[in-house]
Amino acid sequence: MMHPTPPLSSAMTEQPLLELDNLRVNFHTPTGIVRAVRGLSFTLGRERLGIVGESGSGKSMTGRAILDLIPPPGEVLADRMVYRGQDLLTMDRRSRRKLRGRHISMVMQDPKFSLNPVQTVGSQIAEAYRVHHKASAREAKERSLGMLEAVQIREPARVYDLYPHEVSGGMGQRVMIAMMLIAEPDILIADEPTSALDVTVQLQVLKILDDLVTSRGMGLIFISHDLHLVQSFCDRVIVMYGGKAMETLPAAELADESARARRHPYTLGLLGCLPDLDHPKAKLATLERDPAWLA
Amino acid sequence: MTVAETSRRSGAFRDRASRWGGLIGRELSTVAITMFGLLLITFLIARVVPIDPVLAVVGDNARPDVYDAARAELGLDKPLWQQFAIYVGKVFTGDLGTSVLTAQKVTDDIKRVFPATLELATLGTLIGVVLGVPLGVLAAVYQGRWPDQLARILGLFGYSIPVFWLGLMGLLLFYAKLGWVGGPGRIGVAWQDFVTPVTGVILLDAAMQGEWDAFWDAFSHLVLPSAVLGLFSLAYISRMARSFMIAELQQQYVIAARVKGMSEFRVIWRHALRNALVPLITVVALSYAQLLEGSVLTETIFAWPGLGRYITNSLLNADMNAVLGGTLVVGAVFIGVNLFSDILGRLVDPRTR
Repeated sequence: MMHPTPPLSSAMTEQPLLELDNLRVNFHTPTGIVRAVRGLSFTLGRERLGIVGESGSGKSMTGRAILDLIPPPGEVLADRMVYRGQDLLTMDRRSRRKLRGRHISMVMQDPKFSLNPVQTVGSQIAEAYRVHHKASAREAKERSLGMLEAVQIREPARVYDLYPHEVSGGMGQRVMIAMMLIAEPDILIADEPTSALDVTVQLQVLKILDDLVTSRGMGLIFISHDLHLVQSFCDRVIVMYGGKAMETLPAAELADESARARRHPYTLGLLGCLPDLDHPKAKLATLERDPAWLA
Repeated sequence: MTVAETSRRSGAFRDRASRWGGLIGRELSTVAITMFGLLLITFLIARVVPIDPVLAVVGDNARPDVYDAARAELGLDKPLWQQFAIYVGKVFTGDLGTSVLTAQKVTDDIKRVFPATLELATLGTLIGVVLGVPLGVLAAVYQGRWPDQLARILGLFGYSIPVFWLGLMGLLLFYAKLGWVGGPGRIGVAWQDFVTPVTGVILLDAAMQGEWDAFWDAFSHLVLPSAVLGLFSLAYISRMARSFMIAELQQQYVIAARVKGMSEFRVIWRHALRNALVPLITVVALSYAQLLEGSVLTETIFAWPGLGRYITNSLLNADMNAVLGGTLVVGAVFIGVNLFSDILGRLVDPRTR
């Protein structure tokens, strides 16, 4: 049985999927407060939004905060955090959990570690479906096989019974995508979904991800440190540094030489670090970091 | 599913079946080699110890020709490898010699004492697992909070209090003062003759013969000593379960399960625990095997006629046949339990198949 997403009325199309205002993620440690995200605001529609930044810039923590998956010493604060008109800040944990997977989902970095090693991949996908839908085991299995087909796995019935260590990285990540999309969420957070993969399968996996996200009209938050990837894959890009957005810009402008003057110095710094085959750099520029940016 | 897929799939199952076949073959050959080593060691110990088995038979003042005749009768004049072959043959036909102390066949002695230990060790381990694993899991989940503290205190208690003291205090309180449990021994004198030993495990025999009063009496005798052993095994198992669970709960697949929207209960008890079980099985098996050797102190306090007391008594009386027979049984039990835990581990963890 299929559960297509209900057709969107024009009013719903206009309503953003996610509104975030002044998001802060703090960790209270014995040595003081670590502020992982310090006041991030953005609105997500049915689009592909990229978040780039160095390690520790708060990209992943932003994704986790949206999913209510910040572990205990951490706290999430925001002025506004709304999913399709529902206030996430006042929602209880149980309702937040019901949103996970069903409405907001996440593909993680390395399928080697993010699939449960002692369960067949098929049962893990079927399980994701059955958490949110009243379905018989048989029905869930059929849906899962369909989903495996949707992520272009050629022999779904065979792969269904494999264990995670028996599939390749690229196939594992496609399984992961199938698992995270089977409940048909509106928002997918992809946290470095291809960083652990071989370059040759990266594009293939991205293509599958893109097709599914576009055809289902989902909103995608694409977290990456790969500027090239974000530039070619996303509509808009947020450049993060030290838990703050340095700037938000249309992805096309990243490569646009004529727009350089408008760019934030940090963005220019990141762009300056990109290798270029035609003009090899003898020395990479050191990133400029102005404490005033974090004020 | 197309026909091609179906056949490919059954192909995968055939692959798995043949892999299992290979694994079982390898396990069995390991067992055979270990068993051979065990036999060799017990055989050599018997030749090395400074106790002359001939003198034990003929006495100190025997004439040389009597001595030699006895030596030949014991087969000690044959070359060592022949002696070993005879020894192995005897072991496999269930002949472990005669105990000097009990004047009975060692095999019969062990048939009598081992079930007593088996009963105690099994119930003790059962208590340790049934309480220890959930306690360890809760301690890991509520790290640093009261369930963790409770588990820590219980663990410390179980580990550091000597069993003889705990056993005595238990007897004093629950048997002498409150009368909730049976006293020392396996069964009350009144019930002793009601149960004919078949397996030697009184609970099992009584249940099979429908002697329910005897069953409950034997159970009331078993509760306290197995609780004492159980506390010790609980202390160990809960500590190990806690640390395995803490390691698992930090894994990425746990986060992935939460992302899917699974309840915390299922994330912990289904996803994380199943992974923690892999090393935990080995831990439980080793602790069980240790208890199966017989716990001398507990058996002594509770006048429990088990393997630990039997071997210790034999050792103190230089009853070599009994000691070596006991050693052989303990070794075989260890090998058996290890084999079982290996197979169980492979069932739980597909990566080791």
